[in-house]
Formats: sequence, structure tokens, C-alpha cells
Amino acid sequence: MGYTLTEKIIMKNTGKSSIRAGDLVIVNVDRVMVHDIFTPFVIGKFREMGFEKVWNPDKIVFVYDHLVPTSFIEDFRHHQIGDAFAIEQGINAVHRTDGVCHQLMPELGYVVPGQVTFGTDSHTTTYGAVGAFATGIGYTEMAAIFGTGELWIKVPPTIKFNINGKLPEGVFAKDIILKIIGDIGVDGATYKAMEFGGSTVKELSVAGRMTLCNMAVEAGAKVGVIEPDEKTFAFSGVDGADYQDLKSDGDAHYEKVFEYDASTFAPIVACPSNVDNVKTVEAMSGRKIDQGFIGSCTNGRLEDLEVAANILKGRKIAPYTKLIVTPASRSIYAEAVKKGFIGILVEAGAIVNPPGCGLCCGRSGGIVSDGETVIATNNRNFLGRMGGPKSEIFLASPATVAAAVLEGKIVDPRKYL
Amino acid sequence: MKKSFTGKVWKLGDDIDTDIIIPTQFLALESVEAMKKYAFHPLRPELAGLIQPGDIIVAGKNFGCGSSREQAPEIIAALKVSCVIAKSYARIFYRNAFNNGLLLLENNALYDCCNEGDQVAVQLAESRVFLGDKAFPVASIPEDLLQMVEAGGLVPFMRKKNGK
Repeated sequence: MGYTLTEKIIMKNTGKSSIRAGDLVIVNVDRVMVHDIFTPFVIGKFREMGFEKVWNPDKIVFVYDHLVPTSFIEDFRHHQIGDAFAIEQGINAVHRTDGVCHQLMPELGYVVPGQVTFGTDSHTTTYGAVGAFATGIGYTEMAAIFGTGELWIKVPPTIKFNINGKLPEGVFAKDIILKIIGDIGVDGATYKAMEFGGSTVKELSVAGRMTLCNMAVEAGAKVGVIEPDEKTFAFSGVDGADYQDLKSDGDAHYEKVFEYDASTFAPIVACPSNVDNVKTVEAMSGRKIDQGFIGSCTNGRLEDLEVAANILKGRKIAPYTKLIVTPASRSIYAEAVKKGFIGILVEAGAIVNPPGCGLCCGRSGGIVSDGETVIATNNRNFLGRMGGPKSEIFLASPATVAAAVLEGKIVDPRKYL
Repeated sequence: MKKSFTGKVWKLGDDIDTDIIIPTQFLALESVEAMKKYAFHPLRPELAGLIQPGDIIVAGKNFGCGSSREQAPEIIAALKVSCVIAKSYARIFYRNAFNNGLLLLENNALYDCCNEGDQVAVQLAESRVFLGDKAFPVASIPEDLLQMVEAGGLVPFMRKKNGK
């Protein structure tokens, strides 16, 4: 019997000639990412454990994104502690103001196909879009990796999602993943690998694939993975010839296989306050909204800003409505300025935040009050996630958000495309 | 660790996420001790002040879903609840809980049978919990995990490994 992509990555890493779902294995970690909000905790636990030197400073990446720019006086403490530790240990990859960790890790080539990567943030699953095994862990386990370079994992069973056919106009990667989570539930893939494949996924850009894998964790998955192809190799700047075996075997064992016909998909929103509470945009049409948000590690990339700019070009957002836009990284921001997207969004009435996690996690940059309703491109609509516990969050694609702020209510984005 | 104990039930629902357990706006506070009064704040702001050492949280499916924030299990441990009994748990939370010495038990039926304020008795040796004289099975916890909980989590385990 053959192996799944996830099993192959783990096998390559561990040097084992055979593994199966359920096996406990110790993996050698290729790269780790720690973000600012947990930096002091990782370092504190590392010292408490009795370690003095990290196992390999070149494999550690620090990204400051949740507390950038700082919002409270005490926030800078996290960066000070991180900086001091990085200097002490010789960690050179410290990104202080460059963007959201999950955008930067693949964008800057810290994660490439076939690697095993851990991050202190749950959306570390994003890197599966470039064919890596990547998942979130807590800061205590991260401290143990800092000391040892290893972590034990259980080899997950894989659920395969075959998505074939042409996506209708106005339907994007975000709609695909919301549809899937709506079908399997917020615990539908707990402890499992979600592997996305089929002609529709092949057609998606790496950015769109990142949206899929980013939200795998919203179904409880350990990882989301996509077989790397020419697009991946070009994005990651690697020679594809070295990765030809990085694909699931024809006779690999899947716990379950879902078949989807993409041509039947429609724009979707996840309604408050669970990601699997999905409805079609059509069904929720007319629902009043107060604020739109386009950004985050789910949907803050160049093509997301482009689709929003195309809808908002020459138009103004509705009175009493706000739009917050946060590019996912500095380079995306710069490129969006160059291409004129930012100018269009600002002229339409948007507030543009610097790259970071602030609003998605309800910490800064447009947090919502009780009684307000927000439609947002990020990944969680939990109670109080973006501010007040009595605010409401709808999750949608950038196109659906852009259309909604034009009318101050949920509307089908296709009328503006 | 005590293999048998009794505690008062606080009942929470399905999909209790880590943003409910501790919202992001409190994560930059200096210590878990400073954060613990905000436990479950979006859902029940009064709850953290009511939970007493030894109490038991009983919840529905997918407890601890959402982010990787380890403060979530740390705060529940800091409130000194003796254990959580839920229908199921999210993956990252499950690992984090054991790494921080918080005991998690799984049972599908207890949640629908008990009320807040009930007394539940836990018998780890028998892998059962009791509501009155009604028994509910829980999956047995591997001995090495129990030892880690007993030692207080992964930090003491690593200290020992480093000869500290």
C-alpha cells in the first residue's frame, strides 16, 4: 500500500522506510516560527527547563506581528525580550515590522516543500500550501524544540478533498474552504491531515492555496497539505526536480475521500459565531453590516487586495460603514501601492492599517464594539474575537466583503464583477 | 496525583474556543496569575471569580478549539480545577493541557446528564466518573502522560533530562 503526501514528508524527515497513521514518531524540526505575543513565554520556559543554548539558531524565526505597531505601553516588553534573546543566541531571522508570520514564512523561503515546521500559532497550517508539514504548538513544546530540535508527533490519518471543475465567477478559495468546513464541521478533521487536490486546486495560485490550508485548523486539522507543483516550485524558488516524489501514491490510504464539483459552488458566509455555521451569500442577502475587514493570514494577499480594488474602483463605501484593510506583509503592501490598489481602496473610503494581526485577533486597528456587525476575510468568528462579546462576525471572501461595504449590507459580489 | 476525587460541576457548552477561555486582549498581561480573572470572560465574565479549587469543568464537544495559546490550559490549571471532562478536545489544546499538568478526561454522555452545581466523583484507577451512583467510562490515560501531569508538565520533565 502506498503513502499519502503527509506520510511521505514525515518519512523523509525521520528516515524511516515505512510509517502508518497512528504511529508515534520523533521528527527533526526543519524550521520553527515564534510570534511576538508568545516570545517571552517560550524564552521563559526554555530557561526554566534548564537549557542554555538553542539547538540551531539558523532554524529559528521570530516574527513580531500581533503587537505591531504596539498598542499598549507594556507591549514593547515582548519585543525587548525577543531582541535580547535573539542577540544572545545568534538568531538572525527577526522580523520586527515586516508582516504577518504565516505570510512571511513561505514568502521569504523559510518554509519550502517537504519540510517539517512548527509555529506557536495555530494557523501555521498555512505552509501546507507549499507542500510542507506544518502545525501549531504551545510555547512549552516550542521551548523543548529550542533545546532539542525534536518533537514527538502522531502520524495523522488523511482526509482527501478532490475538487474538480471551474469555479464560477465571484467564487474564490475562501468560499471553497468555508463550504468544506460547513460540510465536515469545526471538529470534522480533528487530529487529521486535510489534503486538497483536483483540477480546481491546481488552478489556484499559491496565495489561494494558502487560504485553504490556513483554515484547515478551523476544522480541527493537524495539517492542511497540497501537493507541490510548478507554481509551488517557482514561488518557493526551488528546483522541482528535487521534489518529484512529493505526492500521494495512487494506492495511498485515505480515511475518507470527498469529491466536489467546483462549478456548483457559490459565494459563502460563515455566520456568528462558529466557522461551520455557513450559509450562501444569497441566503444572508440584506443583513446589515457596520464594518468590513480585508486582511489577515487568510486573505491579506495581493490578489485579495486586487479583487477588492476592482470592486471598489470609482465607488464609495456606504454611509455609516467602515472598511479596514490590512495587507499581510510589507512586500504585499508595497506592491499594492505600486499597482494602484491601495489608492483605489483609500479613495473608496478604506482605512489602511500597517501589516500585522491586530484586528483579526481583536487587539488593535479597528476592534468592534458590542452591537456592531463586521464582515471579515479572516478565519475566526468566535464570540468576542474581534472586540466586544456582543459584536457579530461574518466570514467571507474579499470580494464579498468589498461588495458588502458598498451597500452596508451583505450582497452578492457578482453584481460588481 | 490523586487518583480519586470529587468536585462541583461548572457546565460549559460545545466548541468552547480559546478566545473564550482567554481573549487576545489579555494575553500581553505579564503572568497567567494576572490573566486568570478573565477566564471565560466573553461568555461568562463572572465565572472565574466563582470557580473554587477542586471544581470540575464539564463541557460538550471540541473543547479548546481555536488558537495555540497555551495560556488557555494554564489559566484553567491556575484556577485549580481538578480536571475538565468534555465530549472531545481540540488537538493543540489537548497537548498543551498535559504539558501544563491539566488533566483532561473524555466522556460523551456525562454532559447531557449533569447540571451545574452537581457533584461528580472521578476514579482514575477505574477509568470511570460518577454522577450520584451512575457511572460513566472515560478513556484511560497512558501512564507516561499521567506521570507528566503528576510531575507538573513538560518543564519539570525537561529539567530532569537536563540534570537540573
